[in-house]
Amino acid sequence: MLKTALPSEFHVDIDHRRCVRCKRCIQNCGFSVYSFADGIVPDHSKCVACHRCVTYCPQQAIRIEHRPLAFRQNANWSPHHIIDIWRQSLAPGMLLTGMGNDLPYPILWDHLLLDACQVTNPSIDPLREPMELRTYLGKKPDLINILKRREGGFLLKEALPPQIRLDIPFLFSAMSFGSISLNAQKAMTMAAKELGIVMNCGEGGLHQDLYPYGDHIVVQVASGRFGVHREYLNAGVGVEIKIGQGAKPGIGGHLPGEKVSQEVSQTRMIPMGTDALSPAPHHDIYSIEDLRLLIYALKEATDYKPISVKIAAVHNVAAISSGIVRAGADILHIDGFRGGTGAAPTIIRNHVGIPIELALAAVDDRLRQEGIRNQVSLVAAGGIRSSADAAKAIALGADAVALGTATLIPLGCNVCQRCHTGNCSWGIATQRPELVQRLDPEVGAERLTNLLSAWALEIKEVLGALGINALESLRGNRERLRGLGLDAQTLGILGVKPAGR
Amino acid sequence: MLRIDARGLHYRELNHLVRQAVAGGESDILLDHVNGQRYIGDALKGQVQIRIQGTPGEDLAAFMDGPTIRVEGNAQDAVANTMNSGKVVITGQAGDVLGYAMRGGKLYVGGDAGYRIGIHMKSYRSQVPVIVIGGRVADFLGEYMAGGVLIVLGMGKEEESPDRPLAGEYLGVGMHGGAIYLRGRVNPHQIGKEIAPTELTEADHRLLRTELTEFCQDEGWDLEKVLEVPFLKLVPLSLRPYGGHYSY
Repeated sequence: MLKTALPSEFHVDIDHRRCVRCKRCIQNCGFSVYSFADGIVPDHSKCVACHRCVTYCPQQAIRIEHRPLAFRQNANWSPHHIIDIWRQSLAPGMLLTGMGNDLPYPILWDHLLLDACQVTNPSIDPLREPMELRTYLGKKPDLINILKRREGGFLLKEALPPQIRLDIPFLFSAMSFGSISLNAQKAMTMAAKELGIVMNCGEGGLHQDLYPYGDHIVVQVASGRFGVHREYLNAGVGVEIKIGQGAKPGIGGHLPGEKVSQEVSQTRMIPMGTDALSPAPHHDIYSIEDLRLLIYALKEATDYKPISVKIAAVHNVAAISSGIVRAGADILHIDGFRGGTGAAPTIIRNHVGIPIELALAAVDDRLRQEGIRNQVSLVAAGGIRSSADAAKAIALGADAVALGTATLIPLGCNVCQRCHTGNCSWGIATQRPELVQRLDPEVGAERLTNLLSAWALEIKEVLGALGINALESLRGNRERLRGLGLDAQTLGILGVKPAGR
Repeated sequence: MLRIDARGLHYRELNHLVRQAVAGGESDILLDHVNGQRYIGDALKGQVQIRIQGTPGEDLAAFMDGPTIRVEGNAQDAVANTMNSGKVVITGQAGDVLGYAMRGGKLYVGGDAGYRIGIHMKSYRSQVPVIVIGGRVADFLGEYMAGGVLIVLGMGKEEESPDRPLAGEYLGVGMHGGAIYLRGRVNPHQIGKEIAPTELTEADHRLLRTELTEFCQDEGWDLEKVLEVPFLKLVPLSLRPYGGHYSY
């Protein structure tokens, strides 16, 4: 009989001299790596290197090693190609994965550098002087008329279109209840309230426990319309229509039945254990006019709250964006090809879409050329890893950035890319109650608040160095960026000069 | 009864008037001279009866929760989009994508309807959405359907096009819940691979009689004539049609 051994990716090394056989590793591992037979016995093949056991071993007796099996050196047939072929020859299915694209495509953030003031145009010390990071998402009027009040001060003659207020220019990206746990969503929601920003609940409905946080929630409507009803649409400060997602452009969502627990079932309003299919297209949207129909159906349903439209960054993103703005969207959310996911076919995640850096620059350019940039706020997402990435995104034209993976890492995630299995040892991408309960929402919220408060300070520091005191002055200000090691065409698309010029 | 003359009103004004009336406790509203105004009854809640004379625009009764709307005439696309509860009766024909992701309530159309009727319909606990189409429908009936009841009668224009089937191609593709009842037959090639015909049980006959009695009362049809022809029931083969498409 033909035998095929899929090599273990990791090796679990237990120092038996230190191990006190407390079995915490057995309890902590969501992937059932450990068993006990006169000592702790690991099954290396099950390990995903999520480090839960390492973190919680009181004796520091566990080490996870990357232990690839040796293959003959071959620049063409890398081990992962060979192993993937074996896997698919054993079971006739698409390969699934979680999180964002992990292939070594160029990361343009790492080829962009920010400016600073020297001598002639003094920088500002953000520790002493106020720095404005507050951001409003929504349509801005073509012009404003100002009235002078008799008692002093000014008034806007016409009311502004509805806006979503962000005290710092971040949002928590849409991650549905189902793809992540309720405790993870609670942590995001509580942090959003603390930080004065918003979280997006994703397409899986809104759990009753989160309704009181409505001022810090944007609800999402995707093709499956899970848990969508009148109260849901009005629960938050805005509604997002999900057309696409950077990790899987053109691909729908599919929450497998085993993750549809009782609470997920109640929130999505579907029976327990059934697959939740959210196909790639909204079958009522085949044109910009159809999109407009849904945008205004949602505006009518919510008494004209801001409506966001989220798309994946694809080749014609600029033209598509123009259509979306003309369809009446107040916010355009673009998710680049490095954006994360709870589950996607590996082929799509790794090979479809374009980087957010290029998409963002192209869209901002196009909307400016057409004179409609003010009609929409741009939210950029898809692999924002640091406040530096965020500052560069804003300089390229984003109004704010949305964070997915960076939101999960403070909750314990170490990007092991096994979200789709539902076994997340950290209680994030799972519905198993014994795993979910280990994620404390209050502690999670504190970690998220720490992270984004730190990023806000860093952005203020960058603004100070740039000699500006409001984020608005950096927005779309590509003169303050330079490219390093980029070809002329890429620089042209980014609208950025090469360093040294 | 409150009568609102919709002539020349933008949908935003018209819907504002309707919402205001419902908020003020009005339980019986007549909308006259309706001519393409969209979103009538959008996310409207309450026990109000709305009668529409003329042709309402798209997304009639979208996200609606409770009211009853009666259209004396035709309606356009996307009626009862994601409707939660309530009832919509259309005496004429209606367009495409009716009852998209409808979770509860009833939608009755006397005449023909277009493409993608009842797609993504879901039932949840006591909520079981029901769509009855008196005429014939086009392709993708009940696509991705996850729950609820879809009934197509195919009656009304038999003389004009006797050979046209009562439903189009790709019937019930991706369907994984609920049931489709057809008055008459369709060709096997029209039926999606995820569903199959099945025998009607006593419970099915009772359900059909109950629903169709109400439908015939609302549409002014003869129930016995509707029940003259045997029905075909189509149900999904699996609640998880795509479970085996992935290898981890």
